[in-house]
Amino acid sequence: MLAPVLFFLFAAVAIAASIGTLLARNPVNSALSLIVNLLAVASLYLTLNAAFIGIVQVLVYAGAIMVLFLFVIMLLNLEATPVLEAIDKRILAGYAGGTLLLGAITYLLARGLGALPTFEIAESAAATGTPRALALNLFTTYALPFELIGLLLLVATIGAVMIAKKRFV
Amino acid sequence: MDITFYFPPLADYVATFPMLVLAVAALLCVVVDIFYNDAKGVAILAGASLLVTLLFEAARLSLPPAKALYGMVYVGGTASLVNMTILFSGFLTVLIAQPYLKRLGRNYGEVYALLLVAVVGMMALGSAANLLTLFAGLETMSVCLYILTALVREKDGAIESALKYFLLGAFSTGFLLYGIALIYGATGTMDLSDFADRLASTNAGVMFWGGTALLLVGFFFKVSAVPFHMWTPDVYQGAPTPISGFMATASKTSAFAAMVLVLGRALPSAQWQTTVAIVALLSMVIGNFVALAQSNVKRMLAYSSIAHAGYVLTGIASATPEGYAGALYYLLVYTVMNVGAFGVLAYLEHDNRQGDTQTVDSLAGTGQRYPLLGVVMAVCLFSLLGFPPLAGFFGKVYVFGPAVKSGLAWLAVAGVLTSAVSAAYYLRVLYVMWMKPSPDDAVAPQFEGVPPLAAVALAGCAAFLLLLTFTPWVMDAAVAFFRDVPAAIVSLP
Repeated sequence: MLAPVLFFLFAAVAIAASIGTLLARNPVNSALSLIVNLLAVASLYLTLNAAFIGIVQVLVYAGAIMVLFLFVIMLLNLEATPVLEAIDKRILAGYAGGTLLLGAITYLLARGLGALPTFEIAESAAATGTPRALALNLFTTYALPFELIGLLLLVATIGAVMIAKKRFV
Repeated sequence: MDITFYFPPLADYVATFPMLVLAVAALLCVVVDIFYNDAKGVAILAGASLLVTLLFEAARLSLPPAKALYGMVYVGGTASLVNMTILFSGFLTVLIAQPYLKRLGRNYGEVYALLLVAVVGMMALGSAANLLTLFAGLETMSVCLYILTALVREKDGAIESALKYFLLGAFSTGFLLYGIALIYGATGTMDLSDFADRLASTNAGVMFWGGTALLLVGFFFKVSAVPFHMWTPDVYQGAPTPISGFMATASKTSAFAAMVLVLGRALPSAQWQTTVAIVALLSMVIGNFVALAQSNVKRMLAYSSIAHAGYVLTGIASATPEGYAGALYYLLVYTVMNVGAFGVLAYLEHDNRQGDTQTVDSLAGTGQRYPLLGVVMAVCLFSLLGFPPLAGFFGKVYVFGPAVKSGLAWLAVAGVLTSAVSAAYYLRVLYVMWMKPSPDDAVAPQFEGVPPLAAVALAGCAAFLLLLTFTPWVMDAAVAFFRDVPAAIVSLP
């Protein structure tokens, strides 16, 4: 019973934070909103019993990559972008209400026509999200895509250096 | 599972031997380049590794198709044919590109490494048995091609075309990945051979078909079918010419092969046949008619490659094993024709009257002056046109025939009519090359002729196209092989 409540709570936070990322006029505020978004998504992973992925999300994205973002913003000394013209609150409310209504109608229509998938959502056990379970899959069943992604990251690095560096042999 | 002392079975190493060899060769290319700048050995290493894997795949051609590495890729049979087409394109490209890049001062080891890794990605994409392998292969291929497009970055439009390719490509990858996510959400599997069962047992509904539609958008972008073709002319024009030839052939072959695997193996044809047929029609009409209006020869070939994507889609739209086999045969022929045509254009650039902005007029008299290039271009263009008895003609027979049998006669008729339109622009190039007198100052002092290995590769393209025509046993063997392919596709595990 708790799972849907948590899902909607974290999903709402994630959506609000991503809207904040777009709307913030100050780049630092924008980056901080992005951190909130990443943390909310990490919480969603945790509710799905994907503990390892949730923690990696916090460490890598909310930690390392966001620090890089903030450093870049600091070093480039970005100015706040100009404030948008005031948006009419009533028009905004109209858009929001219209979107909600459209979503509700589409959902009812799709359910009425039987177009929605009809399978049960399987509960995943706590053991599926452990590093051990992940590693067992990653290094046996999915070894080939895993190695391919490794190759992909390598050529992306090589290519970036090759294009960026001036070198006339 | 206890994996403390786990080693993959030997069969898996054998199955992925081509990918392993090419990946190791790519790493060696980078390392060797550190010690010896502009080394000839790097190109030889790349070419040799491609040749070895080509022979290895040829030996596997007659094996029954099987899955390897926990059901991630297909090996043997049809998958070997697709891999051979890709490797052949890569091999010819290395032979043609080495002197070309040397002349541009871009004979870097990294270029060959990127080319080899692109081939690895293409092989994974073209023989994927799982949507995850398909995606990883597609991304590996695409990233290498984005970088290779920007190789000559001082050139006008090179960075622009690379950026355009990258942004649009990233966008289409987003579509493809979202499609995969929806399909996985609806069926709970990413294994291509499980879809049929899952679809029978559950009501996958709009989520599954929405996912399939997004997946198709990604594929149509990669094969540059109308209306997802806008990037093609700019990218082919901006990239170094031999690389354009590689992109036009190998990447399309692998994307089409993946499309055959997904659509033909995994999904009921009633749902997608009409869509693919309409896209095929649009590609043939728009590709051929817009090509008529091009004055830049590379752009003309780009639009012609859009039209050829339409011909291949016609074979796929027939949704029969014969149609798929015809599409794969067409891709093999198309690869040889296009690598040859782009290769000739690459060396005509050394003539240096127009550089790499070859217009039709600037080709005047080049056939007389460089008979080898002229003859190869003539054979390739006649074959692209589908002129009997060249190989391109038989390719068209094999894709249009099954379409007629599947009740898509209108599509085949449209294909034949638009092929007739294409005669106008292919023959115009040949007319200018052979019949128009060359200007007096034509022979540029720095043109030292086509280097021997590249000449062999270009002549090989033309010879291959003629061989399929004039020696009946090659033709018979090819036909017999493609008679077997339908059974092989149906009996995939």
